[in-house]
Amino acid sequence: MASASQAIARYAESFGGFENSAPSHDLAWLKKLRHEGFARFREAGFPTMRDEDWRFTNPSAITKTAFDPARNGHNLPSQEALAPFRMAGVASRLVFVDGRFAAALSSIGELPKGVTVASLASEIAKNPTVVEKHLGQYLSLERDCFSALNTAFLEDGAYVHVPKGVVLEDPVALLYVSTEHDSPAVSHPRNLIVVEENGQATVVEDYISLGASEALCNTVTELVAGDHAVVSHYMIEREHTSAYNVSTLRIQQGRAADVASHSILLGGALVRNNVHPVLAGEGGECLINGLFIGDGRQHLDNHMLVEHASPHCGSRQFYNGILDGRAHGVFHGRIIVHKDAQKTDAKQTNRNLLLSDTAQIDTKPQLEIYADDVKCTHGATIGQMEENALFYLRSRGIDETSARRLLLVAFASECTDRMKEGPVRAHVEKLIHHQALRLAESSLGRVA
Amino acid sequence: MSLLDIRNLKVRVEDREILRGINLQLNTGEVHSIMGPNGSGKSTLAQVLARRETYNVTGGEIYFNGKDLLAMKPEEAACEGLFLAFQYPVEIPGISNAYFLRSALNAVRKYRGLDEMDAMDFLPMLREKLKLLDMDDKLLNRSVNEAFSGGEKKRNEILQMAVLEPKLAILDETDSGLDIDALKIVAKGVNSMRSPDRAMLVVTHYQRLLDYIVPDKVHVLVNGRIARSGGPELALELEDKGYATYETAAGA
Repeated sequence: MASASQAIARYAESFGGFENSAPSHDLAWLKKLRHEGFARFREAGFPTMRDEDWRFTNPSAITKTAFDPARNGHNLPSQEALAPFRMAGVASRLVFVDGRFAAALSSIGELPKGVTVASLASEIAKNPTVVEKHLGQYLSLERDCFSALNTAFLEDGAYVHVPKGVVLEDPVALLYVSTEHDSPAVSHPRNLIVVEENGQATVVEDYISLGASEALCNTVTELVAGDHAVVSHYMIEREHTSAYNVSTLRIQQGRAADVASHSILLGGALVRNNVHPVLAGEGGECLINGLFIGDGRQHLDNHMLVEHASPHCGSRQFYNGILDGRAHGVFHGRIIVHKDAQKTDAKQTNRNLLLSDTAQIDTKPQLEIYADDVKCTHGATIGQMEENALFYLRSRGIDETSARRLLLVAFASECTDRMKEGPVRAHVEKLIHHQALRLAESSLGRVA
Repeated sequence: MSLLDIRNLKVRVEDREILRGINLQLNTGEVHSIMGPNGSGKSTLAQVLARRETYNVTGGEIYFNGKDLLAMKPEEAACEGLFLAFQYPVEIPGISNAYFLRSALNAVRKYRGLDEMDAMDFLPMLREKLKLLDMDDKLLNRSVNEAFSGGEKKRNEILQMAVLEPKLAILDETDSGLDIDALKIVAKGVNSMRSPDRAMLVVTHYQRLLDYIVPDKVHVLVNGRIARSGGPELALELEDKGYATYETAAGA
């Protein structure tokens, strides 16, 4: 382990080389964006637990590790190796290996007229002015050094564009693969999703590992939902428990736009899931739905920042956590209601199930209200598995492992029930059932 | 051989001896009632029979169908054909009643070496049982017991019993909190399941339920012991005179 300043020096060294050799480095606006990203990162440095936004999460495993840039897909996995991770029923399937688009493993499929699903690198090369309009326009680098770092090393990721009035019915599946490396490796996927006025789309980000090496995936997604657009976004983290994942989803909503963000954290050693919607147009609706399931020494941190910037908007946050072993969960739900955002209706609920005496949850609501006619509610619960319910199920002939699994799935279903029925929900439910069975078996092993 | 044979059963909860030497034999085809005042140990006995692990059995033996019941887990006892209708049925949000019933039935069938029943065969069977208990179909899609009325919860217990078709059904204060109409429906459901192949143990505080489910034998449980056993007329006598004489005799 290095010190944080050594780690930063290493990033500086990488950046020097990267800045002048990166794809499209000759584009002035892009060069500026990267440069500003790195300058901001340099200036701010890494956070510590003394920062209010990192009070419950020690980032030193990430900030004090000397990561090298991931080899970026020089050694592509086979189709067979990825087969078990694929989701059925999707329109497009894009695979990113260590942050870089792998065309040979991807299929764009047939899309409605005018819809673009591509790698961000190729889209920047092809249509720089279209990308320039949105890329980096919403993200707050001031707030978050990891977003700044991502912007500095911005290279590739997914680009999804749905034009005005077009409905993309089937989901776009994005699979991010961390491959085996000899030394700790970092990648910085950057995604841009733009759904224009009255358009509709569903995008799934799915993070996996091949192998068990130490890796950091530092992702940023900017999601722009135009007026009356309807967008569903899913983030599924199921990397190996030696992986670190910092993921920032910045949502910009137009007038009466309806956006749902679903986060499902199952894997990773240290995961920081930032979700930051800004309800910028009147009458917008945002659902921020999440489930985190951890055991061992996993640390799963969910950091919500919901900004109401216009009147008559509604936001609903629901996060459920299941923690076993020495796992540590965090739910930080900050709601800012700006001065003009009258008639805001903001709701926040965090429910947790602790399966062991050593599992831990920190939950913190934070309301900042500058308007005077608003409705904001928040609540949190922490409980254990109901022994009464367990006995009831067993008294009907259901064995203990199955009974525990059923109760875990039931708790998780509060979250999955908020997802639209279809292939993504089926995919998520399958992953949850698998995880619930694993936890049921391991907790039973401990009891016996 | 009795279906249920309880010999000198002693049970403690924390420092208190709740059951202080229970002896009871129940044969297939019979319906017995256990009556007693609050705190006499009725529910403890019911829960121990269903193998609730929080009770500490300090002495005695229980044989169910010739097998050592105290060596069984709750699910094994259920699969062997023992059923407890709970005094306080548990609400389980997130699991639909229909899914729960089918999971339970298939667990029991699997244990008995039978094929699992698929939804196509299961639902028509379930609908028949619902009719018997005057239950609404809608209760199948709702979470188990969640936001059910008291009467719906008790009927749901009998529905589970009807689906699982146990050898021994223990009804723990199934009458408590029921109005007379609901009581009649529950009793009708229970009576429809009386058979020469099945035994029932009806635990109750009041005699009223026994007007509708007439037992072969009544046992009076006071202070952790069976103070007296007799025919159905004993229930009427208790209704008339109460438990006071037994409690005095038992030194309570």
